[in-house]
This record gives sequence, C-alpha cells and structure tokens, in this order.
Amino acid sequence: MFSSRKLALLLCAGMIAADGSLARAAEPGFYGYGDQPTPAQITGWNIDVRGDDGVGLPPGKGTVQRGSEVYAEQCAACHGIFGEGEGRFPKLVGGAGTLTHDRPELTVGSYWPFAPTLWDYINRAMPMAAPHTLSADDVYALTAYILHLNDVVPNEFVADRDSLPKVKMPNRDNFIWVDPRPDTMAKPCMNACADPGDIKIVSTAEGRNVTPRTTGPLDTMQPK
Amino acid sequence: MGPDLWRNMPVVSKLAGARNPLGRRSFLGLGAALTGSLALGAKPGHAEPTQASPPADAPWSQSIGAGVVDRPYGRPSDAEAGVIRRNVPWLTAGTESSVSFSPLQHLHGIITPNGLFFERHHAGRPEIDPDQHRLMIHGLVERPLILTMKDIVRFPSVSRIHFIECPANGGMEWRAAQMNSLQFNHGMISCAEWTGVRLSTLLEEVGLKKEAQWAMVEGADGAHMNRSLPLGKCLDDCLVVYAQNGEALRPEQGYPLRLVVPGWEGNVSIKWLRRIKLGDRPWYSREETSKYTDLMPDGSSRGFTWLIDAKSVITFPCPEKPLDRPGQYEIRGLAWSGNGKVKRVDVSTDGGVNWQSARLHEPVLPKALTKFTLPWRWDGEPALLESRAIDETGYVQPTMTQLRKQRGSNSVYHNNSIQTWQVKPDGSVFDVQLA
Repeated sequence: MFSSRKLALLLCAGMIAADGSLARAAEPGFYGYGDQPTPAQITGWNIDVRGDDGVGLPPGKGTVQRGSEVYAEQCAACHGIFGEGEGRFPKLVGGAGTLTHDRPELTVGSYWPFAPTLWDYINRAMPMAAPHTLSADDVYALTAYILHLNDVVPNEFVADRDSLPKVKMPNRDNFIWVDPRPDTMAKPCMNACADPGDIKIVSTAEGRNVTPRTTGPLDTMQPK
Repeated sequence: MGPDLWRNMPVVSKLAGARNPLGRRSFLGLGAALTGSLALGAKPGHAEPTQASPPADAPWSQSIGAGVVDRPYGRPSDAEAGVIRRNVPWLTAGTESSVSFSPLQHLHGIITPNGLFFERHHAGRPEIDPDQHRLMIHGLVERPLILTMKDIVRFPSVSRIHFIECPANGGMEWRAAQMNSLQFNHGMISCAEWTGVRLSTLLEEVGLKKEAQWAMVEGADGAHMNRSLPLGKCLDDCLVVYAQNGEALRPEQGYPLRLVVPGWEGNVSIKWLRRIKLGDRPWYSREETSKYTDLMPDGSSRGFTWLIDAKSVITFPCPEKPLDRPGQYEIRGLAWSGNGKVKRVDVSTDGGVNWQSARLHEPVLPKALTKFTLPWRWDGEPALLESRAIDETGYVQPTMTQLRKQRGSNSVYHNNSIQTWQVKPDGSVFDVQLA
C-alpha cells in the first residue's frame, strides 16, 4: 500500500508527464502506444538517400546506355528527348554558367549540388504518374544518363552506390547552408521619410493581362 | 418519395398553410426546394421581387426555408460561389505539382476556412485510408515505433493557431509588378487552429540517441516529399496534427496527418506524414537543394532558409476590392512573422513618405496571422497604400528596393517586401512597385 505522500508524488509525476509542456520528464515508452516496426516494414519505407555522401544508396548499378533506353520510355514525354523539357515541365539539361544571368537556367547540370540527390529524387518521385515503381538498377541508369546529358560524367560511366557520391557536381561548392538573414536592417521612420517628389511608380501590373480572373468560375486562361 | 415525405411532415404543412393564405403555392415552393435539394443545387430566394424590399417583404421572408440537415455538412451561400481558391494556369505544367491561392480579399479575421486554405501539392492530393495510414519513427532512436491514427490521437493533445506560408508567395513579383491581384500576389498564406501532438512528445516516446541532430520528415504522397529539420526546431514547437479548425484535416492539407512547423516555410510542414527518421546530418533532398534554395546575384545559393520573415499586406482596398467613392473607410490587413508576434504595423497612404501605426486586433499570437486596421478618409485623390510589419525581434519589413538590393531578382522565394497598392481617382486599385 502506498503512503499518501508516495501516492501524491506518483500522481504528480504522472501529471507532469501527461502535460505536453513538461513532457521531457517522460521516459521513452512512457505511453507505450503503437508497435515496434518489423525489419521488413522498416526496409520497405526506408528509402531515403543522403545527398552529400550517398548514405542509403542500395545495391545495383546502371549504365548511360541503359539509362537512355529507360529515359526514352519513362521520361522523354515530359522532359524532352535530350532533357530540354516539354512545355512547362522542367529542363534537366543546360544552363551552365547562367546562374548570374538575368534569366538563369537551373538544371541538374547547372544547379544541383549532389549527384545522390538525383538518384533519391527519381526513386521517390518519378515517373510522375507512377512514382517509386522503377527498379534500383533503372534509377541508377537514369541517373547516369542525365548526368551524362549534362557532361558531368563520361559515356562509359556506371552509376552505383560507390560511384555516385564521388561525382563532383559543377555547382556543389556554391551553396551556403547557414541562413545569413536578416537581409535588411531598416529603421521604421514615421514622418517625411522620403521626398514626395522621389516617389515614382517604376512598374505596374495594370494592363499586363497575365492575371487570371478572380470572379466567377476558375479561369483556365485558354484563348477564346 | 415526395408525397410520403409530406405525410410525415404535418407540422411543417400546417405552419406553411397558416403562414400564407396561398397555402398551395407555399406547398409547391417548399416541395420544389426539397426536391431540388435532394437533387443538389437548390437555388432558394432567387425570385425577383415585384416591389423593392423594403417596403415589401422579400420572397425569403414569405416562405419557409430548408430544414436542418438539408445540408448535413453545410456550405457557403450560393451567392459566395466566387469565393474560391484559384490557380495561375500558366505557372505550372499541370495542376498536380502546383499551387492554388487563398482568396484573401474575401476573408475576415485571422482564420482561413478549411475549404479556402491555399494548396501546394508536389504529386497531387492522395486519397488516404486513415485506417491504413501509419507513422513510422526510426533511425537514431532507442525504440523505433510504428503508430496508427488511433495511437496518435491518444497522445496528449495541443491546439495552436499558426499560419503556413509558401516561401514562393509573392515570387512572381521579384522582377516587377506583374499580378494585379491580392489573391495571386499574397494568397499562398493561410492560418488555422491545428490540433495534434507535439513532435517532442513523440520523439521522447521513442527516445533519441545522443548522435541524433536532424530529422527527416516524409509524406505518403506520390512525391514521397521529404525535408530535413534540425532537432532543435523539432523539439521546440513542431506539431504532428490531425485536425484543422476543429475538424479532421482536409485531404488537401494532409489528411489524416501532417506536420506543422510554425513560422517556417510551408513546404517543411510535410503533409500526409508517414515517416520521421532521425539522423546526425541533413539529407540534402531535392526539395532543399534543387528547390527551396535562394539564388543570389553573385551566383551563390542559400540553403536551409526556413524562416518566414515579418510581412504584411493591406487586404482592403486591393485590386479585387476597389473603393466606391470618396469618404470614410477602414484600411484592413494582415501581418505575420515566423519569428514570433507582430509588434506593430504602420500604414502609409502616400507611398511611404509618412506612416501611422495601425490598430492590432486581438488575438495577437506568435507565428499566426494578426489583423490590423486603420481608419482612413479618402478624398478621391490618387494614393499609394502600403503596410509595414515590425515583429517582436524589432525586424522591420523591407521595401522591394531594399530587399532587391541584397537579393537581386532571381531568388524566387522569401519575398517579404512591402506591397504598394495604387489607388486611382476612380477608386480602382493596382499592384505597383515604387523606385
């Protein structure tokens, strides 16, 4: 039998643990809900590949040649035969040296910092209408082919878990991974903050005719 | 079914007969309304009155309306049919990986109705069976766990009001004023009361190994959308939620389970959440390298720019809601900050020469939309309306010129600059940018 003092302490501990704001007091397994996943369950969903070092890449391999075949079948309809992009679907190729231009082209070759990320993204999200249905080998082959289209790897390149992390992407070193903001340190002036004569409209959306209608049914913007 | 239904409604028929000497007409009217509602698309009250009301009674004042459970879930008045999320067809290849914009010009207060909350999908909206949905937590943890929705709802629950904003909100305006619309320039923000379990509670339940520094969060949609989050944020204020404004999440918002990462760019608030994996370093997924990074004028790029800096916008007047005629108005707007509470909002009617502080309306909550208003007598002269948010850290919302000076115009994301609305003498309103 608990003494009333001990019972009070136990209740108190329980209340602290049940209060989200002090949940740090809870031990792992305090609630005990759910199940431990089986190894098969973990393996089935454990698809992530780390971009910078390729941790998580599975066994398998793929050539540029095989990639060109899979690409023609699975990818070209949206991304174009040579990765040039159809309609508004993304270009996969080109844009080297354009990142400082007025109209930069951000592609796998010009922008992506890590090759394993390409494997991961194709594997998890492509092809768009049937994502995560390609074999690991075919994903390796597509990765090799797209890297080759961008002149990042030679024609004889074979993509696998060892080779992909070693591919140095052209834009790899141009990312800053710590947010340097705030960008601006404006002071909130209240009166006569500018010469009224200097206030000029430099651009207007009036008359540009790119804005969909905001009344009535959805505007498909199809020419009538 | 019609006649049988009538026999079971003696009270209604009696009321209808007593209320109106033309009992038969009333009967027919009500019958038509019921039949119409069964067939969907009833349009009550659209008859043209023969005499103005007042003095006449309107038709809806001389008939009986549809009964309870006529619309068991409920929906807005037919007259509000134009208040909908809208998309920009030329912006994306299709609608499955695309965005829709919330109609801020029609909204009041700080809560976005669930049907009008903006959408951003990367592989369309999955239809998930909640009984089959699972959340797996594994990686650098002491006891990996797989949870059903029933399990998740049993954990201690919290409710919090937070905005979610896509960092591309306003992204079409980096180069110049382009979209003549509040909805399309600012509608990728919405705000709701979210209910769920703190992510910290779940992480304590699995027990973190000491090497765990990052979490990868992943959706069950076709994109298997995934992002990396630093552990500090996960333990601070992230929520794993199943409810939005008091009801289950909408499928568009991640039903049955999503993450809410308060104050950070919307795409990290992974929808249809199915997996959380703890690791020692970030994953550098496609959505945090190829996308959601900010290209700077020198060709370098910033990654992991999660924070939504302070921002505000005047929601009335705006291009969709112009002014009628000179006179007294209330300028209305919304302000928000990913860094906490909005401390102050200033409003200018002369393009930023002079400013007045607006009234902030309670509740003023951290990382939530805050409503502001300022009385304004419009004299019919041209005006340039602007609002400027200041958050509790002292950060001041910049002008487009100030921001562009640092960021150039190729960033796409995180345009939190001051919006300028040009008011013309006829009361029409246009999106403009100032020197």
